[in-house]
Amino acid sequence: MTQPKTLLDKLWASHEVLKRDDGVSLLWVDRHLVHEGSHHAFAKIAARGLGVAAPHLTFAIVDHYAPTRERSRIKDPQIAHMIETLRANAKRHDLKLFDLHDPNQGIVHVVGPEQGLTLPGLLINCGDSHTSTHGAFGALAFGIGATEVAHVLATQTIWQQKPKAMRITVDGSLGAGVTAKDIALTWIARLGTGGAQGHAVEYAGSTIRALSMEARMTLCNLSIEGGARFGMVAPDEITKSYIKGRPYAPKGSNWEKATTAWDALVSDNGATFDIDVHIDASEIAPTVTWGTSPEQAMPVTATLPDLTEQDHQTREALEYMGLKAGQSLAGTPIDQVFIGSCTNGRIEDLRAAASVLKGRRAKVPGLVSPGSQLIKAQAEREGLDKVFIQSGLEWAASGCSMCVGMNGDLVQSGKRCASSTNRNFKGRQGRGARTHLMSPAMVAAAAVTGEIYDVRKLLSEGEI
Amino acid sequence: MKDKQMTKTINGIAAPLPLANVDTDVIMPKRFLITITREGLGDGTFADLRFDTAGGQRQEFVLNKAPWTQASILVVGDNFGCGSSREHAVWGLRQLGIDACIGTSFAGIFYDNARKNGLALPVVSPATRDALLQFANDARAGEILIDLEKRTISAGKLSEPFEMDDATQTSLIRGRDDTLDSLDYAGAIRDFEARLNNEMRIRVFK
Repeated sequence: MTQPKTLLDKLWASHEVLKRDDGVSLLWVDRHLVHEGSHHAFAKIAARGLGVAAPHLTFAIVDHYAPTRERSRIKDPQIAHMIETLRANAKRHDLKLFDLHDPNQGIVHVVGPEQGLTLPGLLINCGDSHTSTHGAFGALAFGIGATEVAHVLATQTIWQQKPKAMRITVDGSLGAGVTAKDIALTWIARLGTGGAQGHAVEYAGSTIRALSMEARMTLCNLSIEGGARFGMVAPDEITKSYIKGRPYAPKGSNWEKATTAWDALVSDNGATFDIDVHIDASEIAPTVTWGTSPEQAMPVTATLPDLTEQDHQTREALEYMGLKAGQSLAGTPIDQVFIGSCTNGRIEDLRAAASVLKGRRAKVPGLVSPGSQLIKAQAEREGLDKVFIQSGLEWAASGCSMCVGMNGDLVQSGKRCASSTNRNFKGRQGRGARTHLMSPAMVAAAAVTGEIYDVRKLLSEGEI
Repeated sequence: MKDKQMTKTINGIAAPLPLANVDTDVIMPKRFLITITREGLGDGTFADLRFDTAGGQRQEFVLNKAPWTQASILVVGDNFGCGSSREHAVWGLRQLGIDACIGTSFAGIFYDNARKNGLALPVVSPATRDALLQFANDARAGEILIDLEKRTISAGKLSEPFEMDDATQTSLIRGRDDTLDSLDYAGAIRDFEARLNNEMRIRVFK
């Protein structure tokens, strides 16, 4: 009998061109996604006189520097230059470009799945740490640096040491108002931001099976915040029904062949994992970060770490965030909100936020930037844009926007932002900015109350 | 380049940077990413720790104090280099004159980026790291010596082993170039591509 294999084993073996004596594998890359930040890599291959090995497997997307307002005239010449450079590289190497005015433009980790470029069984690379998102389809997807991007461009392969296998099993039903974002922040708070370092995380269990593709993407996206370059979920009927009919998805007899092959993409019974973690879904509450690392997260009902257990790390984080040890997290006044990003900028996220905002006024200003222009159009067909605008929030175009602030959408120094994004690092949303990560519904609850607020209380009032 | 001189040891003054989870946004703030060239990234490295908002030096930050202004080694907290994949963080550290960061654990993408730019990341036990932090804290302690070949760190009376995978060790000592290596395997790559199973790895269907 053959040794039971993990999903990671199967995906790895099917992409391994060769393995060097020192244990490092050369892997074939099925999809390579590039963005404005990839220019160093293009410069590197140009300097060596190399071309792009597989232009038909390389897709360029404007997202990191995409203006979310006034797109027809980019005011900042440096931003315009970054976008122009991507256009020039895409043209030179004959790459499909999702440009600023393309109705399919959006954040790379939203557009890939939306277009059907992301499929089960593929190896997907992008020069962005949140590439783990695509693992939600049962793909081997991981973020890489600029030198590695150049290598993939030149060879359509990548050198990589096989990670260890880790499984996070979540069973049971999530409570009302509890989302994939809360599952992720809960395990990261429990295991630490380096807890899954060196591992590929496979998410399993009844809770994960019940999640939509959007929610699975949120979960896999945040794997990197727990130290895992890879997050993955075995494909199932939910995966197939999401993919079917998308522009780049297989069609006709290819669809039949593909889906049959995808059915084999599961961890075998008895496969062993280096780390096995179990979480009971009923224990997960709406979760909010209080500090400057995603591991500094707690249920919205909890109080900030006590002075007696305070260490240097905690003290420093509380100081930066302008919070006091021992005080309750809920009730902390906020200055603004942001809804968007590759973590939580999908249609389901916008619907969840809009359901809280409907018929209410936001007490603080805020920005809503959909994950793609297609999501923006869909939201507008559903009337969600009107809900956001009538509540007092700004409705903008798609891009990485205020998650990383490269396009100029920044939180000012000292301001506190309730944000549906992925990183609460010092200065992430702007120098001196204070970020509290939470689900889109929790961001909406913060908007209408002007403070960090348990969205379940609004639910129990029966007003949603 | 393959014929470059081999780097077997790294020595220099070490600066203590004990905070855990130092992310690449802190190592290289985003405002320094919007350049088409790699020049000048040394100024951006730890910019918000080194300089105040007016651009003045923060005297309390270790790299602004003698003798650590001359540091070429950092002794760092757990999970150093987490967050964004920006290789600028590594380029910036190199341009600031940093040859090695010694710590207990490093984020995966940062670790790979470091290897490709000759930044050594020796992994030590928490006890060794703490001892090295103590050593680095002493302004008169002198230099630390990292022997890449023997995988040992010497600091005063201390001599401790460190971990480093074989591939990384070889890359650092020989300055291995992955792209050149892979071009040598072009035949194997093309063979693999030809054998691609369409059902498993659907190409692009329009």
